[in-house]
Amino acid sequence: MPQLTNETEIPTFRIEVGMQPQFRDPAGQDVRHQLAEDLGVQVDDVKVINVYTVHARVTAEQMEHVRTELFTDPIIQHSAVDGAVASDYNYLIEVGFLPGVTDNVGKSSAEGIVDVLNRPFADDEAVYSSTQYAVKGPVNKEACEAFTRNLLANQLIQGWVIHSAEEIESSGSAMVRALPIVTDQSDTEVHEIDLEIGDDALMQLSSENTWALELDEMKAIQSYYRDADTKAKRAALGLPENATDIEVEILAQTWSEHCKHKIFAANVEYTDENGQVHHIDGLFKNYVKATTDEVSKKVDWLVSVFHDNAGIVKFDENYNFALKAETHNSPSALDPYGGSMTGIVGVNRDIMGAGMGCKCIFNTDVFCVASPYYEGEIPSRLLHPKRVLRGVHAGVRDGGNESGIPNVNGAIVFHDRFLGKPLVFCGTGGLIPTKVNGEPSEEKKANAGDYIVMSGGRIGKDGIHGATFSSEELHEGSPATAVQIGDPITQKKMTDFIMEARDLGLFTCITDNGAGGLSSSIGEMCRDSNGCEVHLDKCPLKYPGLAPWEIFVSEAQERMTMAVGPENLEALLALAAKREVEASEIGTFTDSGNLECFYKGERICSLSMDFLHDGVPTMELKAQLTPAEITSESIPTDVDYAEELRQVMASLNVCSKESFVRMYDHEVQAQSVLKQFQGVEADGPGDASVIRPVHGSKKGVAVACGITPKYSDLDAYWMMAAAIDETVRNLVCVGAKMGTMAGLDNFCWPDPVESAKTPDGQHKLAQLVRCCEALKEVCVAYDIPLISGKDSMKNDYKIGDTKISIPPTVLFTASSVMEDATKSISMDAKSAGDHVYVLGKTYDEMGGSEYLDLKDQLGANVPKVDVVEARSRYEALHEAMMDGLVASCHDCSDGGLGAALAETAGAGRLGMDLDITGVEQDNPLVALFSESQSRFVVTVSPEHAAAFESKMNPTHCVKLGTVTESPQMVIAHNGSELMNTSIEALNDAWKSTLNW
Amino acid sequence: MSVKTLVLAGFGINCEQETKVAFERAGAEATCVHLTDLTENPEAIHAYDILAIPGGFSYGDDVASGKIFANRLRHKVGDALLKFVQDGKLAIGICNGFQVMVKMGILPLFENEFTQEVTLTHNDSDRFENRWVHLKKDADSPCVWLKDVDLIESPIRHGEGNFIPRDDATLKKLQDSGCVALRYANADGSSAGGEFPANPNGSVDDIAGICDPSGRIFGLMPHPEAFIEATNHPSWTRNGALAGEGQGLQLFRNAVEFVKAQ
Repeated sequence: MPQLTNETEIPTFRIEVGMQPQFRDPAGQDVRHQLAEDLGVQVDDVKVINVYTVHARVTAEQMEHVRTELFTDPIIQHSAVDGAVASDYNYLIEVGFLPGVTDNVGKSSAEGIVDVLNRPFADDEAVYSSTQYAVKGPVNKEACEAFTRNLLANQLIQGWVIHSAEEIESSGSAMVRALPIVTDQSDTEVHEIDLEIGDDALMQLSSENTWALELDEMKAIQSYYRDADTKAKRAALGLPENATDIEVEILAQTWSEHCKHKIFAANVEYTDENGQVHHIDGLFKNYVKATTDEVSKKVDWLVSVFHDNAGIVKFDENYNFALKAETHNSPSALDPYGGSMTGIVGVNRDIMGAGMGCKCIFNTDVFCVASPYYEGEIPSRLLHPKRVLRGVHAGVRDGGNESGIPNVNGAIVFHDRFLGKPLVFCGTGGLIPTKVNGEPSEEKKANAGDYIVMSGGRIGKDGIHGATFSSEELHEGSPATAVQIGDPITQKKMTDFIMEARDLGLFTCITDNGAGGLSSSIGEMCRDSNGCEVHLDKCPLKYPGLAPWEIFVSEAQERMTMAVGPENLEALLALAAKREVEASEIGTFTDSGNLECFYKGERICSLSMDFLHDGVPTMELKAQLTPAEITSESIPTDVDYAEELRQVMASLNVCSKESFVRMYDHEVQAQSVLKQFQGVEADGPGDASVIRPVHGSKKGVAVACGITPKYSDLDAYWMMAAAIDETVRNLVCVGAKMGTMAGLDNFCWPDPVESAKTPDGQHKLAQLVRCCEALKEVCVAYDIPLISGKDSMKNDYKIGDTKISIPPTVLFTASSVMEDATKSISMDAKSAGDHVYVLGKTYDEMGGSEYLDLKDQLGANVPKVDVVEARSRYEALHEAMMDGLVASCHDCSDGGLGAALAETAGAGRLGMDLDITGVEQDNPLVALFSESQSRFVVTVSPEHAAAFESKMNPTHCVKLGTVTESPQMVIAHNGSELMNTSIEALNDAWKSTLNW
Repeated sequence: MSVKTLVLAGFGINCEQETKVAFERAGAEATCVHLTDLTENPEAIHAYDILAIPGGFSYGDDVASGKIFANRLRHKVGDALLKFVQDGKLAIGICNGFQVMVKMGILPLFENEFTQEVTLTHNDSDRFENRWVHLKKDADSPCVWLKDVDLIESPIRHGEGNFIPRDDATLKKLQDSGCVALRYANADGSSAGGEFPANPNGSVDDIAGICDPSGRIFGLMPHPEAFIEATNHPSWTRNGALAGEGQGLQLFRNAVEFVKAQ
């Protein structure tokens, strides 16, 4: 990271702001609470003081004016310029950002000062925010240092100073932290890279520069430069024979696993469990794309799939709907807050960059982490899972809330091996008029002669090598510069501007800057025109001193790239200036067949478009399954069933996540029909969310997800089948119809390429093949086209001898366009006297179940999906719902039938009187906790019972009993009572585990 | 005659679309106007009958919620805005818009000048929360937005909704002049008594919204524009009575009817 410095020429003022002593300090209270809860550190009091360090050519008088006008709330706060506000403490801790780290508060403060003083800020003037914690209590400096590191600050992005009250008194001065001004300047020269070196040296070069290129890729680049045509062309252009640094950087970004999906494109020689060898020329082509091709013959609502930033489907005559999900795992491992925030605002930009620019209408998020109550050793460079979970949640919360996009669906999944790398999935749905300025809105094109305009944030060193870094395992040398913090307000301002510019017809093509930065966005867009010319010195920088290659590959956030016709450039830039959004013309699209970059007038890069996009060698991989070592489970027989049910309800994967969801704005845009939490007290777990995205129309969108890594070790095929089936069940629960569902597949895999560090690569790749087979089979059977997806293939941790690989995981997300959202069904039991049914057969499929997990067993029998039988059930149930026969419907998933019954009753604050003999399992624990797929718990009012039963297949529609007024869960089996326990006790167990 | 509403947008305001829809559903003509368009031409405000400052996260709530937006509005549109309210026009601030209004001093507007008398600060829980609340109108309030309203529900979605008056005298003045228009309450309309979650943020006297002494300028933390359809309510699937329009629409209709009656 750049170095701290003391700047002397420009005056610096410190404004400290705290709560007046007679008022509560909620932020301080929260820190005190977290210290006790997370670290076991007891202190008497914490006060939080906001510090604004203003580094600008202003007078003391002006600062005094700014203090009262801007920084101080006259009703509750007190403050001082260059004076201390804290009193009555033992230690004072101040945490601020390191140089170059996005400081949103500092940036907004500067804008506030500009308004108050009515003078602009110069480039070398800024406001830096920091936070002071005045801690009172029996702690020493070491303890303060420890909890600062473990709770208050992240050393990758923040620095801190700690002083005792005595030290401050004796020195007579307040806290002194040097200003975080970036002074560390890169060498801005362009360097040649000599590729005429041996194989080992090539690989060393790749690794030292975080290029993540394999040997045959390095050699492909080597032979490109050896080629006589290349040499002649370069000589004519005045470029050296050797590659330039920026050229290799561009190739590394473009060819990264993250951007190019090389494993999904590889030739795979797969030996199946019967020893039969299959040659698969691309998993993506043969399974993912093939699925959509097949299903597209049966559905008529696909608009744009695979080639854009998000998949687009038809919503109604006037609007199309877009959907996309992304992962942001590696950055979140290092900085959970910044990593997940950039994840959510990043996927928002995918939607904004889909077609001519969609409006974001909802977000989804799924976190996979180890237990927050993990007590073992934390390997080097990793953070405690509790800190990870709090951080990733806060990042998605702030990113989504500040952007005004409701978070409508999600999950938190716990598994020990997510300790090595947490998974952070962020999804977004969007809406766009079918036509923009009279043209189909899904079509766009950058034409030769159009200007390249970059809009949004400025470029800094943040996020350099994000794409290549996430294409490697997390290791000792993983670069801290890959970490970024999002700036949702800069993005929101840009979003408003882009929607306005779109409707005015000011651009012809748009895409977002994500992984690979400009190198990727321009590199992709210029395929339309077949070339481009970029002038890197025209790019606005956060601070001077970036090398040209850094400017081109930086993943600094909040940026979109547009193609703008010459006739519109002036109008577009004027609109941006008026809306106070950064926008710069940085070059043109050409038809030269080359991607070319210039710096201060000099050509520094010319890469053939063909080589850039098609030159990467196809990987040749081998896959062979090593059969899992499976131990049959031992299921007890004589237990306290009520206690077992309470324990299942309290288990991490089953328990309520309401406290997390409450902190998300899930209703902004006022479209909400079914929220995440439902029932009498709005605390029952909904299966899918439903919104009405067009005000005044009854048409809806339902969205749901499924994710079941717990089955991967048993069989990755059935893991995938279960994830899809769970998603579909969730959608069916709320009233979605088969044939209306569009899917997203987000693969997160441990490295499946056999190598010295991954000796079991063949097995992991075979798991991937199995998984893809299931993806195709189930999606085709359910008529679900895959409209977009993503894969993240290096989810491993390796430092020293410690290697942790995540369980193979796929997040399946699906949406359904509903004809009439006012017919949606919620999951809560409605009325005493209603009949309670379980739909679908319960098998002895305890493998991977939450129940066995509580007993520290994996078990053997993985749940399977019978797609033909399931589909007929889903269709019959949908008809019953549309006929108004269903009072409530809830999916049986984690925790099995027992959890589904308890949740249904609990959400309605009603009891149930049930007999589960009809489930046909001898061991009641199997009946209650087996996680067989394709099942539902449904309640039906007595007047509709006969009609409902005649709709459903009688062999798989079993009446278990009735809903009761008395809030007791009473369950009998084969003539004896298993339990008679209060709904309140079950609710309490379910709600207390993660009630943070 | 058509009732014209200016719905402010920009810099992190994010509820302008649904606020516009709410006014349209209530019979008004509504236009979203970016703050930079208004600061460029403040007098344009006089073409409108109603000003709405919607919810959102202006400037990311940085420094303090609503503060930077409030300063900008006061510095650049202040005079026009004061004339607008002196002309007897209507204004509403919802959530972030309410925070903007109290911080620029357009509420409670005891005198004819912008002075900050109250504040909205961090919830006692120090958390952003999204939950539905019950709201009871103060029977003595002249608030024109709450005509014929007694007890309604709406969602709150904020991290800084804790209402604190300058001092006891200010509170008393607010209470005595009917400026305390809306309070958080229990489901049966009884006082929340400061208890979470009925009072979701710790507001003094359970205050959820205040108006100026004329009742024409109104600000509240909950989001009535997010309860325009019955299906917005969290338990509409349980209650057949929750059909058709949502309870929040009444507020917007009251304003439109008031202007029409003038």
